[in-house]
Amino acid sequence: MTEISIKAEPILSLGYFIVTNSYLLSLVTFIVLISLALSLRSKLSLIPGKIQGIFELLTEQLLSLMDGLLGERKRSEKYFPVIATVFLFILLSNWLGLLPGVGSILIKEAAQHSEEIKYVPLFRAPGADLNFTLALAIAAVLFVQIFGVMALGIKKHLGKFLNFKNPIYTFVGFLELVSEFVKIISFSFRLFGNVFAGEVLLSIIGFLVPYLVPLPFLFLETFVGFIQAFIFSMLTLVFIAMSVNEHEEEPADVLLSKARS
Amino acid sequence: MDLESVKFIAIAIIMGIGTIAPALAIGMIASKSADAIGRNPEASSKVQTAMILGSAFAEAIAIYALVVSLIIKFV
Repeated sequence: MTEISIKAEPILSLGYFIVTNSYLLSLVTFIVLISLALSLRSKLSLIPGKIQGIFELLTEQLLSLMDGLLGERKRSEKYFPVIATVFLFILLSNWLGLLPGVGSILIKEAAQHSEEIKYVPLFRAPGADLNFTLALAIAAVLFVQIFGVMALGIKKHLGKFLNFKNPIYTFVGFLELVSEFVKIISFSFRLFGNVFAGEVLLSIIGFLVPYLVPLPFLFLETFVGFIQAFIFSMLTLVFIAMSVNEHEEEPADVLLSKARS
Repeated sequence: MDLESVKFIAIAIIMGIGTIAPALAIGMIASKSADAIGRNPEASSKVQTAMILGSAFAEAIAIYALVVSLIIKFV
C-alpha cells in the first residue's frame, strides 16, 4: 500500500527550487485552463457553438448569483474575473486529482540523503498540498483587502480596523484584524482537509476492495470537489461584499440579505 | 502507557468528540432550510445557496479536527 504523507513528495529538483507532484498537477491544470481560454477566444462568434454556449450559460448563472449578493450588475462584472478564476482553478484541480493515473503512476523520488530508492506518485491532487491552499487563501484575502481599498479609499478601509473613538471600537477593530488572519487559516485548512481526506479515503477503499466499491466514493469526491470550489469562491465573494460596504455587517447578514432580495 | 498507544487513543478521541458539534450544526441548518423552503418555495434557490454556505462554515470545524488527527498520525 502506498504511503500516505501529508507533505507533497519532491520529484524533481532544479537547484534550489523543488518540484513536487502536486505542483506538477497544478501546472497541468494551469495549462489546460489557459489553452481552453485561448482556443475559445480565437473562435468567438455571435452565434455560439456548443462549448461557447456552455461557458456563456455558466457566466450568466454566476453573474446573476453574484448580483444577489452585491446588488447591481456593474459591481458583479467588476469582481467577476477573480471569483470565476478561483472557482475554475480549484474545480479543475480537484477533478483532475481524481483521474486514473493520479496517485498510481510512480516515479523514483528525488531523495537527497538516503541510499534506498523510494517510489512516489508522479501526480497528486494539488489541493492535498497545504502550500497550494495556503497560497490561494492568502491571494483571496489580499484581493478582499485590495478591493476594499479600491472601493472605499485607504483611510476608510483602515478605519474599520484601527478605530480609536472609544475602547470598545478599538477592541472590535483589533478583533477584525485578527479575524482577517483567521480567514486565511480557515480557507486553507477547509480546502486542504477536504481534498486530503478524500485522497486518503479513496486510497484506503481502493486498497480494501478494489472492484466496484470505490465507485460511490468517487462520486462523493467529485461532488466534494465541486462544492469546495463553489464554497471558496462564494466565501471570497461574501468577504468582498462586506469589505466594499460602508458600514459593518456580519457574514450572516450578507447571506440573509440575499434571501430577502 | 507508551507514546504509540497514547497517540492512537488521542487520534480516535479527537475524531469522535470533534465531529459531534458540526454534525448537530449541519443537521439544524438543513432542517431550518427545509422549513424555509416549505414556507416559501419561490425563494428556494436563494435559501439553498445560504444553506450550502452555512453548512460549509460548520463543516470547516469538523475538518479542523480531522487535520489535527491527521497531523498526529502522520507527522
